[in-house]
Amino acid sequence: MSVSRVLIAEDLYLLRDGLVHLLQAHGFTVVAAVESGPELLKGLLELRPDVSIVDVRLPPTFTDEGLQAALAARKQMPGLPVLVLSQHVEQLYARELLADGSGGIGYLLKDRVFNAEQFVDAVRRVAAGGTAMDPEVIAKLLARNARNEPLAALTPREREVLEAMAEGRSNAAISQRLYLSESAVAKHTASIFGKLGLAPSDDDNRRVLAVLAYLNSR
Amino acid sequence: MLRRFGNVVTLLALVLVQVPMIALTAVMLLLAFALGMVFLFPPQVMMVRELAELNRRLVRDWTGIDIEPPYLPPPLPPVPQADGMYRSERTLYRTPRVPAWNNRWKWLVSDPATWRDEVWLLFDPLVKVVLLPVLVLFPGPGLRLYGRWSRWLLGATAAGRLAGQVSHLRRTRNLAADSQAAEMRRIERDLHDGTQARLVAIGMTLGAVEQLVETDPGAAKALLAKARDASSETLTELRRVIRGIHPPVLAERGLADAVRALAMDSPLHVTVDVDLPHRPEAPVEAAVYFAVSELLSNAARHGDADTAIVDISTDGADLRVTVTDDGLGGADPARGSGLAGIERRLAAFDGLLALHSPPGGPTIVIMKLPKVLPDHWAGNLPRMPRWKSVTVMLLWATAWCPTFPQGLVAAVFKIFGVEEKTWFLALHLPEPWQWPVILGMVSLGVIMHVMAIRIPAAHDRGCFMAEAQPGKPWCP
Repeated sequence: MSVSRVLIAEDLYLLRDGLVHLLQAHGFTVVAAVESGPELLKGLLELRPDVSIVDVRLPPTFTDEGLQAALAARKQMPGLPVLVLSQHVEQLYARELLADGSGGIGYLLKDRVFNAEQFVDAVRRVAAGGTAMDPEVIAKLLARNARNEPLAALTPREREVLEAMAEGRSNAAISQRLYLSESAVAKHTASIFGKLGLAPSDDDNRRVLAVLAYLNSR
Repeated sequence: MLRRFGNVVTLLALVLVQVPMIALTAVMLLLAFALGMVFLFPPQVMMVRELAELNRRLVRDWTGIDIEPPYLPPPLPPVPQADGMYRSERTLYRTPRVPAWNNRWKWLVSDPATWRDEVWLLFDPLVKVVLLPVLVLFPGPGLRLYGRWSRWLLGATAAGRLAGQVSHLRRTRNLAADSQAAEMRRIERDLHDGTQARLVAIGMTLGAVEQLVETDPGAAKALLAKARDASSETLTELRRVIRGIHPPVLAERGLADAVRALAMDSPLHVTVDVDLPHRPEAPVEAAVYFAVSELLSNAARHGDADTAIVDISTDGADLRVTVTDDGLGGADPARGSGLAGIERRLAAFDGLLALHSPPGGPTIVIMKLPKVLPDHWAGNLPRMPRWKSVTVMLLWATAWCPTFPQGLVAAVFKIFGVEEKTWFLALHLPEPWQWPVILGMVSLGVIMHVMAIRIPAAHDRGCFMAEAQPGKPWCP
């Protein structure tokens, strides 16, 4: 895999520094590490990083500065890969990030950084135009949809596959996580898409977006 | 006309009640104060209050003159001390009966309205007799005249109204302080039992790792993984606590989006309709947020509802929140502590909660927080009347004239002895008049400038404070 150029926006020095070291150790090039909303927007538009890691709450207002900057930049450059980190996840924000329908979006809790392997994997996925949604967002989404007809008809195994798929994982990753063969995962996926009435797709990213759009539309 | 005569006859007939009551009052007061039979005083006062209240109602029905009851709010029930005893002055009592009675007696004696009632009772028959010719000849104006007299002694005084407000504010302040203290205790408990304990466990695990890292690296690694998981759990726990203190979305986005986020997290199908021109103040936002959160979770937990509608809108300076769900209904604020908690939270803002929840549903909860929004948001505020706007514009357009050319410039001309008089009025006058006129012109100009600023500021102070700038001293 070619070296990715990363931009990091985080106002806490320790965490910013930690992210820089972590990503450099995994072969990324950090092109900028900024600490405020205006700097972030400027960096996103001028440097066009391959992927950016953005904290929601940034100076100067300490509200949702980072999220707004990411959304503004993606409006100008659709599909600009951004991974948003936050101390808390909200379906509202997830929906806003997914609203433009283009991939290259991630939304994770800050704690996910603890597990370096999985975190770097998520960064790579977003850089490649995929999605990385926090399991907590997906759990809430599914809980809200629990009473809906087609979802209630899924088998427990299919629900697990759907959960993993909604987080943005590829068939290969799902099979590894659930200890299934790839063909079994493909079979489950086809069954899920059939039950939900979605058009099947071979493209991992498009498939994830379709599932998220389906869950969000309810 | 005939009805008015009926009213007059009723009014006069009341004298037949009043005269014996005056006699009775005289006897009771004499016994109560001269012979120490204090227990007679409260019933006597209550008797007069009944009659006064009847009079207020009749006057309101007949003439439309609204007479506000002037009485101070009754004393709060006595609160037991730490040892369970009730104190009244220097005496301790086992039951609250005697302190409560004492407080009630003091309340009645000290309320000026009590004595105004007595004075009214004494003179009212006399006034009726004096007004008799007017009442009979012109019943309409006569009744109104009588209404004025009643209002003079039976109505609320400014001092009485203020005292009532102060007592009400003191009560709501105590309620707010109480609920805040309870919140603090809850947060302290959460942090103490949850977060703190977990951090101690992590610290101990790390200590064990330190000892094991050279002798048994494998076990050390396993412990490290455990410490990492524990720290993750601690964060989850902290997030929950923070949500209970002040939800992050509320801080980041304000009430509208925070309620939308709530709706998304709710298992119900919630429709949110928020119509707010600006963000209310943070405490108001928090109170509304927690109220809506509680109501939605009630609807899901007890009401077995599928859909809910949250509507937040403004009504002038009032904030109105309506939460409707299609659940089973039968909600009762007396049983569930949730609704009582909401009422307590709202009480700090004089907020009211109305509940309509017949068995079988639907449940409708309407909350109203009066006057929590600045007036000038409401949009229906009386804009400056045309004459005021025109006056302000005229003042701005002309104030320069007396200030500068006729005042300051003329003064400079005079100081430096410039011969030119141009159109400066003062310089065309005889010498002794020149300085007084110049000073008068400057004063006039200053007064006009001050008026131009003061008129809009006095018209709507709230808007002026929020929107005006020193360089633009008016409110759009």
